[in-house]
Amino acid sequence: MASDTWRGKLDAYLDGELPAAEASALSAHLRDCSDCSRDALERVLLKRSVAVAGKRYTASPELRAKISKMVAQKPRRRMSWYWIVAVPAVFVVILSVALDLYVGRETARRRQVYSELADLHVAALASATPVDVLSTDRHTVKPWFEGKIPFSFNLPELQGTDFTLIGGRVTYLSQAPGAHLIYRLRKHEISVFILQDRGEGTKSLPSGTNHALSFNMDSWSQNGLRYFVVGDVSSDDIRALSKLFRDAG
Amino acid sequence: MEVPERPLPAATFEDLALPLFDQLYNFAHWLTQDRTEAEDLVQETYAKALRGFASFQAGTNFRAWMYRILRNSFLNTRTGLKTMVPFEEEEHDLAESSTPESFLIEQADREIVQQALADLPVAHREILLLCEVEEMSYEEIAQTLGIPMGTVMSRLFRARKALRTLLKEKLSGGRHGQ
Repeated sequence: MASDTWRGKLDAYLDGELPAAEASALSAHLRDCSDCSRDALERVLLKRSVAVAGKRYTASPELRAKISKMVAQKPRRRMSWYWIVAVPAVFVVILSVALDLYVGRETARRRQVYSELADLHVAALASATPVDVLSTDRHTVKPWFEGKIPFSFNLPELQGTDFTLIGGRVTYLSQAPGAHLIYRLRKHEISVFILQDRGEGTKSLPSGTNHALSFNMDSWSQNGLRYFVVGDVSSDDIRALSKLFRDAG
Repeated sequence: MEVPERPLPAATFEDLALPLFDQLYNFAHWLTQDRTEAEDLVQETYAKALRGFASFQAGTNFRAWMYRILRNSFLNTRTGLKTMVPFEEEEHDLAESSTPESFLIEQADREIVQQALADLPVAHREILLLCEVEEMSYEEIAQTLGIPMGTVMSRLFRARKALRTLLKEKLSGGRHGQ
């Protein structure tokens, strides 16, 4: 290739823009051609002169400070916008995690209380002496508890209902003393537990009926007492007994 | 133990734009040839870039984007409108030889080159600065100036030729004056 053709490519070569194959061919030519290599050298010197001379102006510290301040504002603005979305999102996540933990804990606690109640119910019925005070008379049963538990309660009048009071005993749920009353309905025994509504075991347990370990249960809070009705009868029967207690309480 | 790779957080505008401050100012001053105007231009550039950063596409050339904003802002200033006369692009013959005279380069000191650069038309001055001072690739220059690659090459060729001519004049004038 003639030197003139190569010279047309010298700038691109020195600017590093010539394809590799051409660049190595030109490089080889420069080793052989003194005219072209002198030309290349002078172009390099001009490039360098411009590179040095071109770095001429320096900004004032005031402008630098102004620009630094200006660009530093942006991330803050972006952050504030970001936070508007992020904070509630994080909050929701934290809340939902906390809620999950709480619900999980509560469910476990409730399950524990219910299974404990079911145990007490079954244990009492399986016992040789299911009740410590054996009486169908509520006026006998209620006073029996006086001095044995730290609260008093009312027992419903059962006249005109299918429920029969069998008796009562002192029981403990989560280390708290309470009254355990046993009623009978068509050969089924139903336990009614009455406790102070303040221990870890009963505090803030939800009211309402549910089904646990094949027993139907109802629970509610009334006048500082927590009531549980547990039995293998239908939930309607459980609710009927509950209603009698609610009306009496 | 294998450390899971975490994606790098997206660079902020500050991370990208602040390192360009010195060179952008230098370029602005070369364009405007005036400190106050250059300062205004740089401020305007940063303000515009800041507003437009959301639309800047990651992965594209940020430096070229910033220079382009600065240059377009300059073109809209009174000085820019005055100095940036419509520039006729001519297809040049790259084989056209323009061997620089060796005496010229050897004696061209920094100040003379600076004078010559300042005397060049803005279109020539800016492309030489982008190529030699900023060491931009032809591709980056094309993006900055918004012209095709072929035009970058031909304009660069003409700018160099014009610079040599100016230097030659200044050097021979200086020599006569001595």
